Amino acid sequence: MDRNTNKENIIELRHISRTFDDGFRVVEDLNIVIQRGEFVTFLGPSGCGKTTTLRMIAGFESPTEGELLLNGEDIRDLPPNKRPINTVFQRYALFPHLNVFDNIAFGLKLKKFSKTDIVRKVKKALEMVDLEGFESRKIQTLSGGQQQRIAIARAIVNEPEILLLDEPLGALDLKMRKEMQLELKSIHEKLGITFIYVTHDQEEALTMSDKIVVMSEGKIQQAGTPEDIYNEPKNAFVADFIGDSNIFSGIMTGKYKVRFCGAEFECVDDVEDGTMIDAVVRPEDIVITTPDQGIIRGRVTSVIFKGVHYEITIQSGKNEIVVQSTKKAELNAVVGLYIEPEGIHIMIAGNLMNRIESGVDREYKLTFLNGQLDYNILSLIPGSSFQTDGTIVNGHGDVIEPDKIRIIVSIKPRDITMSDDKEAGIVRGNIINMVYKGDHYSYVVRTEEDEDFIVDDEYLWNMDDYVSLIIPKEKIQYTLKK
Amino acid sequence: MGKIRFSRAQLCIPYGLFLVCFVFAPLVVIIYYAFTNGQGQFTLENLTSFFSSPNTIGTLAYSFGIAVVTTGVCLLLAYPVAYILARSSYRHKSVILMIFVMPMWINFTLRITALKEVLTIIEGNLSFHPFLNTVIGMTYDFLPFMILPIYTTLIKLDGSLLEAAADLGADALQTFLKVTLPLSVPGIISGIVMVFLPSMTNYVVLDMLYNSTYIMGSLIGAYFSAYDWHNGSMIALILLVIILLFTLFTNRYSDSDAGSRGGVFGA
Repeated sequence: MDRNTNKENIIELRHISRTFDDGFRVVEDLNIVIQRGEFVTFLGPSGCGKTTTLRMIAGFESPTEGELLLNGEDIRDLPPNKRPINTVFQRYALFPHLNVFDNIAFGLKLKKFSKTDIVRKVKKALEMVDLEGFESRKIQTLSGGQQQRIAIARAIVNEPEILLLDEPLGALDLKMRKEMQLELKSIHEKLGITFIYVTHDQEEALTMSDKIVVMSEGKIQQAGTPEDIYNEPKNAFVADFIGDSNIFSGIMTGKYKVRFCGAEFECVDDVEDGTMIDAVVRPEDIVITTPDQGIIRGRVTSVIFKGVHYEITIQSGKNEIVVQSTKKAELNAVVGLYIEPEGIHIMIAGNLMNRIESGVDREYKLTFLNGQLDYNILSLIPGSSFQTDGTIVNGHGDVIEPDKIRIIVSIKPRDITMSDDKEAGIVRGNIINMVYKGDHYSYVVRTEEDEDFIVDDEYLWNMDDYVSLIIPKEKIQYTLKK
Repeated sequence: MGKIRFSRAQLCIPYGLFLVCFVFAPLVVIIYYAFTNGQGQFTLENLTSFFSSPNTIGTLAYSFGIAVVTTGVCLLLAYPVAYILARSSYRHKSVILMIFVMPMWINFTLRITALKEVLTIIEGNLSFHPFLNTVIGMTYDFLPFMILPIYTTLIKLDGSLLEAAADLGADALQTFLKVTLPLSVPGIISGIVMVFLPSMTNYVVLDMLYNSTYIMGSLIGAYFSAYDWHNGSMIALILLVIILLFTLFTNRYSDSDAGSRGGVFGA
């Protein structure tokens, strides 16, 4: 981001939030600055708020909070038809009653250009998308790829300051998609205008963008160049979402020393001794060696041929490690694994809050791992109430299906106590990690359900101890997720 | 027992029989009677007498007038209703639609009788405004047939097209005129076809509302009750041709997107 500070800011989102009528917050406190001429991609899984953000920039939705600045002026109340912004829609949204020429000329005619200007501009736009001579074709006679190009031509012919693209390649087949990626990139270079692109395809984002904004649950997880995002992911979500990666939770054991997977590795990040971290290792950065040459050992559990490389899964203790190698490994062979210090990326485990995503059962009882929690979920949904038939309705009277309700159960590490009486707590597991933090130990307990709990306890336990976790009900926080 | 297998052609037999009995046979009979006289000889006299008699031409013109006005009034009333219902985000809009369509569930004679009483209270004597009363009666009768097809096309209209129009610089009125209206033409045409023909022939409405002027339906009825099958059939045939020309004409204006909309004759 910083390398472009001499460039002009074209659009700026300041503390933008968007809450739906049912109280669901799609976008939360979004802050982003986009410079003139940049190719910016909003990347994230479906439901992360990326399309909503794009729709707010286009003007189809308005933010509930925050400022949306275009060239320094707030455009929150400007309707879409007054914004110098054009959109390429997900399903193209070409007018079926108009032919190719009239579709592309739609915006020009509204702007009262002369007939000769319109003909010239449409011709130029068609040339730009390689569909010369298509003027009189009907929309229905075009292939998906051709409709896509017409949709792009219809938008760029208006010479917008910003072009918005909402997953424009989603409906195309792989080969066509790759072709269009390069073509879009070259159109961007030719026009020199700002492109804001929305996709869930990380490869697409890495290929095309100057800047990637990774979003999840309505928040920006990381913004930066494709290289930054890939090589220096800020948190486990970004690392997991961008490219294949192994993420291990571990602790720093000294300067440039980190412990995970039951072994000590050298690394290049200088993080304070004793810090809980997540270590990201890309599958291509792990080298398979003979058992005695590696830092850790494991058994090969699967080998899949992927064309360029083999994808090899190795079980080492409780950890499953994915390795990409051009050399084949024997199934069930015991191998050693070696990782170069540069191949280990350290992320400080910032969020020291146990967050467990849970659902409700048919009776709307909160399920928590394998058990139930006694909690009245009505207090999470504004205006909701129980019907006589046992269903819950929201403030508008719509029935909320039990399987639509996801609840984040949050517990602070110091509110959990450990016990060796297996029946004392509601959750049981093994201590898989521990670190001394001066006045207490911080443990990671992996439960039978494969959830990791961070537990702060002043007493000393041993690695691999089987414990049950006592979680006081009054200390649990509940938040609704969608 | 072995399985009984039908070929596709065999499965068509019942439908084929139905078509022969109830579509082709009556059509052949009508055409036969239309072009023969009482002695069973071929003649064009029925045709020439229809177009040479001022009475029959006058009836055709009057029917046409009733049909055009009724269709126009239905369209003007139905489009806003269908548009508002289809575009609104009100959750119970199907209930409101049902209220508009509900008169169809009440017996036709009962409905018109009720209307007659209401009109009598307002106008005093029904014979003062026969044309107006007929149009009111027909509109009351056929309005649902105009609302439903228009509502159906509008509700299926892809919302992203309206967003695309706004995105390209169109305001609300321009979006309506350039996108919504052209794309609802198939619904309008279905509505017109469903209202126009019945209002040319439904003489029961006129009878019940004391309009003694003949329309095409009453003319056919009058000939048939006088056992004049030949002239009656010719008028029925002429009506059929008029409707055929009418639908061919309207189809020309809806075939730009016939595949996805399905005009009267399909794609």
